[in-house]
Amino acid sequence: MGFSEADIGAILLTLRLATTVTILLLLFGAPLAWWLARTSSRFKGPIGALIALPLVLPPTVLGFYLLLALGPNGPIGQFTQSLGLGTFAFSYSGLVIGSIFYSLPFVVQPLQNAFDAVGERPLEVAATLGAGPVDRFFSIALPLAKPGFFTAAVLGFAHTVGEFGVVLMIGGNIPGETRVVSVQIYDHVEALAYDQANQLALLMVVFSFLILLSVYGMQKKSHRQVLRFSQ
Amino acid sequence: MSMDYKKFSRRVLCLALLMPVSTVAAELTVAVASNFTAPAKYLAEEFEAQSEHQVRLVFGSSGRFFAQISNGAPFDLFFSADQEKPQELIENGLAIDDSLFTYALGGLVLWSRDEQLIQSSPAVLSSNQFSRLSIANARHAPYGIAAEEVLSNLNLLANLQSKLVRGENIAQTFQFVFTGNAELGFVAKSQVYQDDILISGSAWQVTEDLYSPIRQDAVLLQRASTNDAALAFLAFVRSSRGRSIIRSYGYVVGD
Amino acid sequence: MNVSNHTANQISVAINHKLSERGGRTFNLDVDLDLPAKGITAVFGESGSGKTTLLRCIAGLETSSHGEIRVRGVVWQRETDFIPCHQRRVGYVFQESSLFPHLNVKKNIAFGISRSPSQLDTEHYHEIIELMGLASLLQQYPDQLSGGERQRAAIARALIIEPDLLLMDEPLASLDMKRKQEILPYLESVHEKLDVPIIYVTHSIDEVARLADYLVVLEEGKVIANGGLKEVLSNIEHPLHLGEETGVVVEAEVRERDSEWNLIRATFEGGELWIRDGGDEIGHNIRIRILARDVSLALSEHTDTSIINRLRVEVEKIQYVVGQSMLLVSLKAGNSTIIARLSRRSAHHLNINEGMEVWAQIKGVAILR
Repeated sequence: MGFSEADIGAILLTLRLATTVTILLLLFGAPLAWWLARTSSRFKGPIGALIALPLVLPPTVLGFYLLLALGPNGPIGQFTQSLGLGTFAFSYSGLVIGSIFYSLPFVVQPLQNAFDAVGERPLEVAATLGAGPVDRFFSIALPLAKPGFFTAAVLGFAHTVGEFGVVLMIGGNIPGETRVVSVQIYDHVEALAYDQANQLALLMVVFSFLILLSVYGMQKKSHRQVLRFSQ
Repeated sequence: MSMDYKKFSRRVLCLALLMPVSTVAAELTVAVASNFTAPAKYLAEEFEAQSEHQVRLVFGSSGRFFAQISNGAPFDLFFSADQEKPQELIENGLAIDDSLFTYALGGLVLWSRDEQLIQSSPAVLSSNQFSRLSIANARHAPYGIAAEEVLSNLNLLANLQSKLVRGENIAQTFQFVFTGNAELGFVAKSQVYQDDILISGSAWQVTEDLYSPIRQDAVLLQRASTNDAALAFLAFVRSSRGRSIIRSYGYVVGD
Repeated sequence: MNVSNHTANQISVAINHKLSERGGRTFNLDVDLDLPAKGITAVFGESGSGKTTLLRCIAGLETSSHGEIRVRGVVWQRETDFIPCHQRRVGYVFQESSLFPHLNVKKNIAFGISRSPSQLDTEHYHEIIELMGLASLLQQYPDQLSGGERQRAAIARALIIEPDLLLMDEPLASLDMKRKQEILPYLESVHEKLDVPIIYVTHSIDEVARLADYLVVLEEGKVIANGGLKEVLSNIEHPLHLGEETGVVVEAEVRERDSEWNLIRATFEGGELWIRDGGDEIGHNIRIRILARDVSLALSEHTDTSIINRLRVEVEKIQYVVGQSMLLVSLKAGNSTIIARLSRRSAHHLNINEGMEVWAQIKGVAILR
């Protein structure tokens, strides 16, 4: 037993990818979730649905369109080429882009729920105490939505770790660049290396279980906090 | 091999003589390696037209089929993309030894969508005219093993290592080139040739001395040992009509 | 639009804002008020009458309202000018506890201080903390406090920033009777010791009678009565639908204590009253409430009755309500007015007319504060 060098490379790459994607998603996702939680714009529905698409679409659909979009004739590919960056398929950056789309709902939705749960009232209170809109977001909405950030970060991270279909489509299986754990497991199975597949797969099962356990524990806690405010 | 074949065909012949012409319609399920998708469909269609039997085709990766068959998947026939997996199934007692035969030899082609890129030679591989070369994963895909062999024989494998992107199977390898994300790639001849004519782009048909033959074997699975429909379909695939269909998709078939 | 002379001692609010009520019925909040910039102005009305919306418009929390708001000479809203809520010098106490759950009491109170344009006066800070009895609670988190303590902290938080106007939206409504009684003295001391004007929304006439100096009555978004507390309560031409609670409030001074019978004697502009001794000291001003149902009339002074409070009064006005068996009579006692409720039959029997001198017999008097 023990992981091969290739396995460890895949594990480290996966952790790096998931960390990068989670940080980026929290940065972009928070304002988006904030907007979704508070707007009454007619675009709220369509945009919410668009973000949720990866929840219902097979990852291969997303991967396939990403492959087309990232390609030299696709819109993203044209854009990156015009910046002199070349195309992003089969690169770490491409994987980051793909994972951001893929894991977006797992970050935006918990954040949106958390902001919804904060409600109007604390923000109105803050306004009467002289806090402007940006101030209110940072001093009230963010701290009160903290459990939501935890859930979002954990789910976004875990979902990126577990991503397979999209990576398969746009990855190209390059060691240290795009060969993540899920692809490595697939390769082990295809190569009939069931022992190695089993080791890595077991690691994923244990990891996912621990992640979900922490999220459920946290949700109970945050539920209490929401109750507290409405007392 | 040819001994087995004779023995097997005699049995098929005997069965055919013993059976009344209008046999009871039966159904069979065939697991087919995805590179063989198109010819398998055509074969099944013709077979269904001339017999009472129904053929259900399931396409996928040979490695996955192997795992599924080992765990009791209800397939009657297995058309693998390689030789190892059918052989291993036989050794595990899951397939019938004397039914094993090579149904096709895959042809390897270096292909690009760009009509100018490949001048019917490997010259482009030593140029700087591309940044990505798509090949199948050599760990488990026979076309990937062949592609690495070619690169190795051309003394290019080490130099091109950083440009290689690997498809999990030959279909994905083709997809990378087709979408332009890789400028060229080693694909199956059956994917880009129809009746020996290049469908689009530019290509170099890799000469056979640069790689070991990509033998694709089929085998009758244990559970179907007495399935008339399965035997009949195997017989059809091996008939001259069947072989010419396979050949028309760019595969080499022994006589 | 309001064109009256506007001074620094006034709050003028002219607002038009669409309200939608439960059940899909919509009506407009349409008010044009000049309120004194001192004391407590109670806004009274049934639920759904637009009271809370009025407060929210004044605070700037309803951004789509139209109109003009000026507070102590400062324009908060006019035509296209709209000072956002966080730039208005306003304090707001919400109905339910609105302390930030992630901050302790001290930090809740400090939240407004650090965002206030004016320098914090430490004396003022300690005065408020003491006034609201919070000194021992500063390190506590909201979920460790009782409902009353939370509301006191919320009031302190609103007061500490020295707002030009304090808005209170039914601050006692979420509390039980005991907690209400616990908070009311704190509100009274704010009234006595600080000169911040307060607009106090409530649907409880008890709170109005006890706290208010000025009264605005809202019904379906319109002002149906507006003026000094005593005047509005004693005006029987605009009945406030108070039913059994109809009555007046008078200010009186404690003059004498009769320990033997546990009574005190208090004088007001219209005479003197003996009231159950509530412990008020001699010389103190007290506010008392006389309900119309507790006042009966006689043509001559009766001494052979259990009622000890009898005042010589003049019938000012008689208000008949078509189809009802009862009527209201307003009575002039010196410069004060009290109201009596009689059956129409009794009024007919006594042949009461406006201008007549009669004896008012007062069965019960309650000291409010």
